[in-house]
Amino acid sequence: MKEKEVLVKVEGLSKKFCKDLKTSLWYGVKDLVSGIRGNSLERTLRPKEFWAIQDINFELRRGECLGLIGHNGAGKSTLLKILNGLINPDAGSVTIKGRVGALIELGAGFNPILSGRENIYNNGAVLGFTRKEIDEKLNAIIEFAELEEFIDMPVQHYSSGMNVRLGFAVAAQMEPDVLIVDEVLAVGDLGFILKCFKAIDTILPKTAVIFVSHNMPMISRICNQVILLSKGKAEFQGENVSKGIDLYYNSFLTNEDSDVVFTDNSLELVNASLENVKKENGIYKINWGDTIDLKFTIKNFSLKKMPFISFAIYDKEQRGIAEVFPENQILKDIEPNSEIDFHFVFRNLNLSKGIYNITFSASEAYSKNSYYKIHKAITIQVEHDKQIWTSFLIDSELKQVI
Amino acid sequence: MKTRIYKKENRLSILQLFKDSLKDIYNSRFLARQLAERDIKAQYRQSYLGILWAFIQPLATAFVWIFLTSSGTINLSDTGIPYPLYAFSGTLIWSIIIASINSPMQSTNAARGILTKINFPKEALIVSGIYKLLFNSSIKVILLVLFVFIYGVGFHWSLLALPLVIFGAILFGTTLGLFITPIGLLYKDVSKLISFGMQFLMYVTPVVYAIPKDGLMNTIMNWNPITPIVLTARDMVVGSSPDYLFYFLMVLVVCIPFLLIGLALYRISIPIIVERLSA
Repeated sequence: MKEKEVLVKVEGLSKKFCKDLKTSLWYGVKDLVSGIRGNSLERTLRPKEFWAIQDINFELRRGECLGLIGHNGAGKSTLLKILNGLINPDAGSVTIKGRVGALIELGAGFNPILSGRENIYNNGAVLGFTRKEIDEKLNAIIEFAELEEFIDMPVQHYSSGMNVRLGFAVAAQMEPDVLIVDEVLAVGDLGFILKCFKAIDTILPKTAVIFVSHNMPMISRICNQVILLSKGKAEFQGENVSKGIDLYYNSFLTNEDSDVVFTDNSLELVNASLENVKKENGIYKINWGDTIDLKFTIKNFSLKKMPFISFAIYDKEQRGIAEVFPENQILKDIEPNSEIDFHFVFRNLNLSKGIYNITFSASEAYSKNSYYKIHKAITIQVEHDKQIWTSFLIDSELKQVI
Repeated sequence: MKTRIYKKENRLSILQLFKDSLKDIYNSRFLARQLAERDIKAQYRQSYLGILWAFIQPLATAFVWIFLTSSGTINLSDTGIPYPLYAFSGTLIWSIIIASINSPMQSTNAARGILTKINFPKEALIVSGIYKLLFNSSIKVILLVLFVFIYGVGFHWSLLALPLVIFGAILFGTTLGLFITPIGLLYKDVSKLISFGMQFLMYVTPVVYAIPKDGLMNTIMNWNPITPIVLTARDMVVGSSPDYLFYFLMVLVVCIPFLLIGLALYRISIPIIVERLSA
């Protein structure tokens, strides 16, 4: 198969910023002067400056999607601004072929007093449409935004969701060769987000997309390569999107102590541990597929009956990914002011490589009348050679080829 | 397919910059019109007096001077035409010049939000500014024509040339404004300095009084490049012989190359300014 053409080529791209406003403005004046002279001198860091982007290289072909991930302030938006031609790099070069579309801000050029219909023209003009093109697409835009009823109302009375919908509906009419997307999809309700995805999916095969988001499921859904930026440098770059996302998650690792989120003071967890497993820095290391033995000791203050114990497992993004309701719990009578030991077993954990927290809950019965709940009672780290970001790695094999 | 290259150096010749700039002005004509239309509509949709506000500033200045002369507080040399008409035509053309000097900076500043997020031909901002100036000026001119008939000066064919002179005034102001814009966007001091300086400049321009017969003021006023614009405009209104027409045309001819240089400067400086605005 013929390789598709390279639409975006970035070589040794660097950009510096200044930390101080007054100094920054003064450098601006100096840059104006050197800009007029042709900017041929080598750029070095002046006092109070730092590299916001340093030595970024990549190539993107038609049909490919590059995900840019990283902490706040890692340089993602700066990189997008350079790619979009809004600011000039301080070193290196960007070569972009074809029509560039940017979904960086939706509804640019809107005036709040004017009606939705008028603002379609304003926004469309800013995005580079001609009047004729907008005339032709007007109905499609209104329909996509689902705003038929309110299109002649001033947009200042729109809800923020309606605003975004209108903005996206206009932007979705672009037929770019290179599409730059920044976070804009983070707003709007689920229905809208799904619609946006559908729109992006349709243009994806004909477009080179650069996508910035903190939403890893979105990144993994549409990107075929990622760059993990950290302090302006590419910390990870490649086509193993899962690994990039996992590294991103790992960069947020913190060893927080367990915290009680609910208690009616009838009991207290005094000890939680994993049998026969090494503990390092408060984290138990296990292998994928292991069966683990968990030991808990509670101090009972006022309960007359054995509590029902259940667990929830949370991943690195603090999303609940599994619940555990152990069988064979007999809720017999117990003595107040005594300590009780529990021993549970979780079999063949198919959790993927990564860190997970286990929440411990005690209640009167299954899903009934909670007494006590503690997050991060136990933290485990699952080891496996496959680095993926989804929570489960299913135990699977090929049985037969027919 | 169109290829764009972004890098630090710009090895573009000044001629290439002129060409790119003019090409973008042509290509973005719809955007420019749309932006102007948007601002004009928005400006008047939320006000009852609407268009009247455009007159109030020049009218107020004119009335102050009309009052000062009619009450005898100050004594001005004879202007040859009814003084209210003299004062009003002066303040009016003066307000147009001021507005056009401020226009490039204001338009660019108002577009900060989209400048830092979307790549579009920035020249459209300048052109939309000019559209807005033309719109506001034409309203003012209607009022001026009314004055002409009220004060019994009557119709002269030269009145038809007034729009051309006003266009010249806008050209002059925009050229000046373009040179101030890059630095003015970085430092707020510049726009303050401009409005401050223009107050003084008004008194060395025959806006509300005629050029004295001799003395230092006569020299300054005769050299002041705004003088021929104000005087020629007034001559067109009242139909007197345009003594400063040649100087006026010369100012315009000088303006044209400077306008191109201003546009090139604007083009180079926008990325640098966007960087400082958004950083």
